[in-house]
Formats: sequence, C-alpha cells, structure tokens
Amino acid sequence: MTLWIALAATAAGCYLLKYAGLAAPRRLLDNPWLRRFATAVPLALLAALIAVEALRGEGGQALAWDTARMGGLGAAVAALVLRAPFLVVIVTAAAVTAGLRALGL
Amino acid sequence: MKAISLLRTPAVRDSLGIGFAVGIAGLAFGTAAVAAGLSPAQAVFTSVFMFTGASQFALVGVVSGGGSLVAGVLGALLLGARNTLYGLRLADLLGWRGARRALAAHGVIDETAAVALAQPDRESARLAFGTTYLVLGGFWWLTTLVGALATEQISDISAFGLDAVGPAIFLGLLWPRLREGGPRTWLIAGLGAGLALAATPLLPSGVPVLLAASAALIALFGPEASGGAPAESETEEVRS
Repeated sequence: MTLWIALAATAAGCYLLKYAGLAAPRRLLDNPWLRRFATAVPLALLAALIAVEALRGEGGQALAWDTARMGGLGAAVAALVLRAPFLVVIVTAAAVTAGLRALGL
Repeated sequence: MKAISLLRTPAVRDSLGIGFAVGIAGLAFGTAAVAAGLSPAQAVFTSVFMFTGASQFALVGVVSGGGSLVAGVLGALLLGARNTLYGLRLADLLGWRGARRALAAHGVIDETAAVALAQPDRESARLAFGTTYLVLGGFWWLTTLVGALATEQISDISAFGLDAVGPAIFLGLLWPRLREGGPRTWLIAGLGAGLALAATPLLPSGVPVLLAASAALIALFGPEASGGAPAESETEEVRS
C-alpha cells in the first residue's frame, strides 16, 4: 500500500513538473543559473545511481564487489563505446553477468 | 492516401524510428521493476502515469535496495525536473492551450522534446511530438507489461544477471551526456558517484543518491559548458 502511494505521488509530481514547463512564463528559461543547475543534476544523479547499484551489497547500507556484475557492466561500457543500441547494452550486461556467474565467479 | 504521404514526411519518419527503438526499452523497466519487488500492475501503472524513464528506474532502484521511499520519491522528482526545462522550450513551439496542453504535458520527455525541437516549424513540431508520444508511449506501456510478466516467472534473479540491468540502464542514459560533455561533465559525474558511495554506509538507502545532486552545484562556476544540454541534433540517443 505504501508503495502504491509512493508511485502515485511520484507520478503526480512528475506530471506537474512537465506541466509547469509548458505553462510557465518563458523568461524562466533565460535564467542561466537555473538552466545550468538543472542540466547538471541528471549527470550527478545518474552517476550516483550507477555507483550505488553496481556496488550494492547485502542489505541497504553495505557496499560489496561482485566480480560477475562488474564484468557485466564492463561489457556494457564496451557496447556503449561501440555505439550499440540501448537494449543491446542492457542485454549484454545481463548476459555477461549471468555467464560469469555460471562459470563460478 | 493522406496517411501514406504523411508517413513520408521527415517529422513522422524520425518519430516512428525513435518511438519504436526507445519504446522497446520498456522491457528493461518491466524486468527491473518486478525484480525490485513491484507487481506487474504497479510496473505498468508507473510506465503509464509517471512516464519518464530515468525517474522510473531511479525509484525502482531505491525500492529494490530496501531504501527509504521518501528519498526514492525525491530522487525521482529531481530527475524529472529536467522535463520542466523541455516544457519551457516546447511551449512556444507547440503553442497548445487548455486541455490539449494538459494532455501534451504528460508526453514531455527527453525523446519527444528532442524530436519536436529539431523540426523547422510549428506544424511539423506538433506532428513529430504527437507521433513520438503515441508510438513511444504505446510501446513503453506494452513492453513494460511483457517484461514484468516474464520476470515474474523467474525465481532466481541473480542467475540471469538481472542485478546488472539497473546500473547498465543508468550507464546507457548517462553515456551520451559524458560523450558530448567536457571535463566538467566528467567531474560532476565523478563527484556525484563519489559522494553517493561515501555516504552509503552512513545514511539510509536512497538518501546518498539525493546528496549526490549537490555535485551539480559545480555547474554554476566558470564558463557555461554544453554538457548534458538537450541538443536537438542527437535525436537518435536514448535519454528517457
């Protein structure tokens, strides 16, 4: 139930953020500070999400090195460098991780 | 015949390509959501109503780590705030008011903004926006359901390497920004990752990622960098 509330609240908030842009006075866009910060936030958040999820251990607050998972993510980076499509990158990461795990890593 | 000539316009052609390609990625979201403990109904609800990829994945990531839901919601909203910027840029171009604007707002995401902003005039911008929204949205919702139902059948998530899906998705979303950005783009990303890792043992799950947003303050110093800006030329990139 709590999860449903969180999902609905986020959905409503995300919609309002989108609507605010379409309906807001255009001069807000001319504020360089706002624009700079807003374009940089996703960079920091995405990098943080990668790091935390890649090194996630047992339980919420532990960090752990998982060789199979890191191998899979290395393969994903290689696929990105080769400009593979998005879905290919994801499948590569999962397949390499699963393969390394099957090998006992 | 009108439908066929419409299909030949560049606006519709680009929109269909991007809509299909990105819409398929809902498979990855359905998988990640169910692996995190959402029901297929919750996964589809998220794709239909939240409808902005990075925020959806971020919230699901916090749920799977057993983290604080409040932190997860805030992180998802922070990521969703860039859609406000897209909306600001689209408002004059699309020129919709009232109910149409309220409906169009739901479709303001990375891809629809990129395709619409690349069009030369209002008519083709509206056409491109609408086509991308419908095709991408339809596929995203459908593939979320397929991914969710398929993952429900799997008992051992880690044997299939599904724990690598989450970070790989974020890598895929971040990569185009890193490739185009300068040293400062890498610095912001590196600092964000470092802050989050350092805070992880100390703070409840989900909060370290929020804290990492402060790394974006670096963007306020020095000359303006282009990294991470929604450039019109990169409509082929996936940045949902």
